[in-house]
Amino acid sequence: MSTLHTVLRSASKEVVIGHDQRFCLIGERINPTGRRIFQEQLRAGDLSAIERDVKAQVEGGADVLDVNMGVPLTDEPELLAQAIRMVQSLTDLPVCIDSSVVEALEAGLSAYEGRALVNSVTAEDERLAAVLPLVKKHDAAIIALPNDEDEIPMAADKRLDLTAKIIRVATEEYGIAKADIVIDPLAMPIGADTTTSLVTFETMRRIRDEHGVNMTCGASNTSFGMPDRHTLGAAWLPMAMTAGLTSAIMDARTPQIVDAVKAADVFLGHDEWGMAWIAAHRAKAAATT
Amino acid sequence: MTPEEILQGLYDETLVGNGPRVLELTEEGLALQMEPQTLLFDALIPSLEEVGARFERGDFFVPEMLIAGRAMAGAMERLRPLLAETGVATVGKFLMGTVKGDVHDIGKNLVNIMLEGAGFEVIDLGVQVAPEKFVAAIEEHQPDIVGFSAFLTTTMPMFKANINALEKAGLRDSVVVMVGGAPVTQEYADAVGADGYAADASATVKKAKALLDERRAKVPA
Repeated sequence: MSTLHTVLRSASKEVVIGHDQRFCLIGERINPTGRRIFQEQLRAGDLSAIERDVKAQVEGGADVLDVNMGVPLTDEPELLAQAIRMVQSLTDLPVCIDSSVVEALEAGLSAYEGRALVNSVTAEDERLAAVLPLVKKHDAAIIALPNDEDEIPMAADKRLDLTAKIIRVATEEYGIAKADIVIDPLAMPIGADTTTSLVTFETMRRIRDEHGVNMTCGASNTSFGMPDRHTLGAAWLPMAMTAGLTSAIMDARTPQIVDAVKAADVFLGHDEWGMAWIAAHRAKAAATT
Repeated sequence: MTPEEILQGLYDETLVGNGPRVLELTEEGLALQMEPQTLLFDALIPSLEEVGARFERGDFFVPEMLIAGRAMAGAMERLRPLLAETGVATVGKFLMGTVKGDVHDIGKNLVNIMLEGAGFEVIDLGVQVAPEKFVAAIEEHQPDIVGFSAFLTTTMPMFKANINALEKAGLRDSVVVMVGGAPVTQEYADAVGADGYAADASATVKKAKALLDERRAKVPA
């Protein structure tokens, strides 16, 4: 099986996600969930905070930027389209268009220049039928979650079944390339269930070995409700990378976690001779003198 | 052990989430002819209140809240039939469910645990609960409060659909409506006409108690 490459593009920059590539950091902070002031600003049509968030994620080392405008009681499609145009005016990083509202995904895709990653679809028939045609039409890649209308499965077997279903439907019924399907193996908070990460790692290994597709997940989820979340994140991501995770939606502003990911890239053979690691070291040294 | 030692032990062991020990102490207390409501109101509930207070201060974390709640739930399984016999009223009856279209339940389950810990009787309808199912369950169980949980901006509008269904069934005034979930805000709760919103499990308990006090002050039982 040849290595599947998920290729994302902005107008001028290309990012490749793959099992033989350096880990892809999808910066997560351009998102108003849980940020009251940001929500109020967006509701008032003030998008200026996005500028600061983009800057922080880019400086932190993000490869792709997740953009979510899920503010209740607003015109989310219009807001998301505006935000995407603004992000593209600020950075040349490709964008991950994030919404659970199909119309917003459509507006975002229409506004986007390049090849986007769409976040996300589930294994529910209705969602697949609503989202996949958009992905195909706009030649994008798609993040898919192996949960259905009944539950978020807690067993790896069920997640694998739903992953197989998603891949079958996307490739056979909608003509989407397997390389453009990025599965989210579902990372849940360790604080609520002490075995949950073991299930996620098993799911990752099996998805990699059985399907070879790329994977991403909301890495910050795993440390929810725990103290010293950065240390947990810095341990969790290298473990997940060993199990086959090829990208993560995470906060790039946290050097501890970003450095752990870059170090894991060296050990997994994705940073040949550690050249990226060495170059980052030199850049840091130069910045402090 | 003396009754005082039993109560202190129950309080301490619940606080650290030692389920087996809490159950043992419950049995020992009952063997000493201690009243079930004494065990509940003088040890278990105060202990869970302390858990909530520590969580709010940032001294306790989610797993600690979870295991303390489970420890108490174990004891409650033993005590509930006895409490029912003696006719001791619960703090209130709370009907809970994740709205239709949504399968997320981690947050809801944490809230349930803390509500039970505070002495509420919780009836959990699970995930994907349709408006008509909430209506039927409210008619059947006659809860004091109904809680709608949603994790997605796309499923939050179900709050309004549920409230409309309650109104249509003539049940809106018979029950307090609380809403919650990651993307939910106080503004959104107000906009859909809910009676209460809380940001986390511990805050939900406080808000639920306050709403019931308010209601009981208005409508003398």
